[in-house]
Amino acid sequence: MAITPNPYKTTGALGWIDDRFPLTKMWKEHLSEYYAPKNFNFWYFFGSLALLVLVNQLLTGIFLTMHYKPGAETAFDSVEYIMRDVPWGNVIRYMHSTGASAFFVVVFLHMFRGLMYGSYQKPRELIWVFGALIFLVLMAEAFCGYVLPWGNMSYWGAAVIINLFGTIPFIGPDLVVWIQGDFVPSDATLNRLFSIHVIALPFVLVGLVVAHILALHEVGSNNPDGVEIKKNKDPATGIPKDGIPFHPYYTVKDMVGVAGFLILFCAVIFFMPDGGGYFLEAPNFTPASQTNTPEHITPAWYFGTYYAMLRATPSFAGTQIWGVIVMGAAVVILFFVPWLDKSKVKSIRYKGMLSKVALAVFAVNFVILNYYGLQPPSATVQLISQVGTIIYFAFFLLMPWYSANEKTKPVPDRVTE
Amino acid sequence: MNLLMNQTLTRLARAAVVAAGALVANLAGANAGAELLHFSADSGNTASVQRGARNFMAYCSGCHSLKYLRYNRLGEDLGIPDDVLKKNLMFTSDKLGDQIKVAMPAASEQWFGRVPPDLSLETRARGANWVYTYLLSFYLDESRPLGVNNTVLAGASMPHVLWELQGWQKKAEHKAEGEHGDHHGGSAFEKVTDGSLKPAEYEAFVADLVNFLDYASEPGKQARIALGLKVMLYLFGLLVLTYLLKKEFWRDVH
Repeated sequence: MAITPNPYKTTGALGWIDDRFPLTKMWKEHLSEYYAPKNFNFWYFFGSLALLVLVNQLLTGIFLTMHYKPGAETAFDSVEYIMRDVPWGNVIRYMHSTGASAFFVVVFLHMFRGLMYGSYQKPRELIWVFGALIFLVLMAEAFCGYVLPWGNMSYWGAAVIINLFGTIPFIGPDLVVWIQGDFVPSDATLNRLFSIHVIALPFVLVGLVVAHILALHEVGSNNPDGVEIKKNKDPATGIPKDGIPFHPYYTVKDMVGVAGFLILFCAVIFFMPDGGGYFLEAPNFTPASQTNTPEHITPAWYFGTYYAMLRATPSFAGTQIWGVIVMGAAVVILFFVPWLDKSKVKSIRYKGMLSKVALAVFAVNFVILNYYGLQPPSATVQLISQVGTIIYFAFFLLMPWYSANEKTKPVPDRVTE
Repeated sequence: MNLLMNQTLTRLARAAVVAAGALVANLAGANAGAELLHFSADSGNTASVQRGARNFMAYCSGCHSLKYLRYNRLGEDLGIPDDVLKKNLMFTSDKLGDQIKVAMPAASEQWFGRVPPDLSLETRARGANWVYTYLLSFYLDESRPLGVNNTVLAGASMPHVLWELQGWQKKAEHKAEGEHGDHHGGSAFEKVTDGSLKPAEYEAFVADLVNFLDYASEPGKQARIALGLKVMLYLFGLLVLTYLLKKEFWRDVH
């Protein structure tokens, strides 16, 4: 099938463009004639909000890069220069630092939405896989960015995370030196993390987001009922009976979500940019120091859950690599969710009690793990983290069993509400 | 099989209870045993910050720099005219655009054991509570080279620069807990000699200093908060408008 230029026969200036570039076609396919289910609820705000935060990070990042000076001797000073001497610098910096935390908040909620309504099930497996890749890249991006201010927590956080590679048998220690470009985190390390943070990963991230959305628009959106709206089309028009054009219906609806989100986001930016010491940690207002270790080194709050699993895993056979493996597996297992869920229905609304309880326990457990991942180590923290780690994996590994062996409710033909 | 599963479930339930209990205990215990006095710094109290600036320049700036703060920024934010600024606050430079550096030679490390730290970000790194309590907690201790120690930072290298104002104090003998009900927050001290300020006056002096340091840690803070209020007002308006717009557009969706 050949591509027909300007299938909508537009004229004038738009026609000139459409003869050469699929502008009208893209507008229609992705916005004005992309039919989304009409029953999206609150949970469906977080996809567009994640996009908003991504744009926020890219734009504020451009301005920060204009004034930030990578380098062990200059980074910390240049951040304070941005905070004090650059016009609007403090607001832009807080938009970026708060944006990092907001990114994880909306992405966690977006992923939870996917788990709730089975948005990863056939034919949406690739959407989920692209999403899991986005999450992985986002974590790497956040880590690199966290190091850039070169405060003392940046420094020691970098040391801890990079040294995880040191647990790999045989090549580990050499690998750490190769990654750092030095024997300890240093100027060389900071400069390469800067390069990765502002060029490599944003490039990959934007590409993955495009793939995520293209895959979504290819198969159409899921909804809280898990009903395939394309199965019920108006015979005359070929439009799904339960579908409404994304634009203008969801563009105006998402604007409400954006306004609500911005109220919370800006409240943090303007009134509590430190986020109670979680968004900007106190030790990071002291320059990086090789001799002065912070009292307890914690990662950024959004790594709490995975850091808890890392610490919970005991060393065994003379190596600590097991913790790293467990932590890595906790992220990798996300990729397999579409094939672990054997349920006949998509949405939690029609799944059985086992799935409902499992998801609720998983969500609560995720938050508890996150909390304990940020606490100073103790026997209690260790025990809870271990139990939490088991629950985390049990949710996924037992999914083929409990999703297949429960009584589901009948799914309606049309969306409800 | 069922029995095994039941046991596992019971164990998981128990672990969940332990987890929830520990969570509550940790939250409740977060403040227990904390020695710091509570001080909520207010860099918006301009008169206090001005006094703090004067006192900082008089008592602290000999050793401690504020290398991220410029004199003219200070003058601009606190409403201090340039001539007053030059005459009363600028001891190390006569250039208004200069940052606040110290006059002390590099040899200071040999005097105190370490170079006195820059204080530009002290209240953000340690917290206003810490700085406030620190300045109230110097006590006589003959085991230290300078004869003075601090309960907040044991083995502090810094002498009690403000002794003329506060006077000297020593650590009080630990009273039986609950006897007088006076042992909450901070360490108890006993006065040895009076300073030129009454205790309440000295506390106010320290409060001014901490307010000033809070200002110095983020000079743009007050402007940021003021802007934030306008942003909030705008966003609440935007929320109402977008909601009405959405309602209007969605009237035909059933």
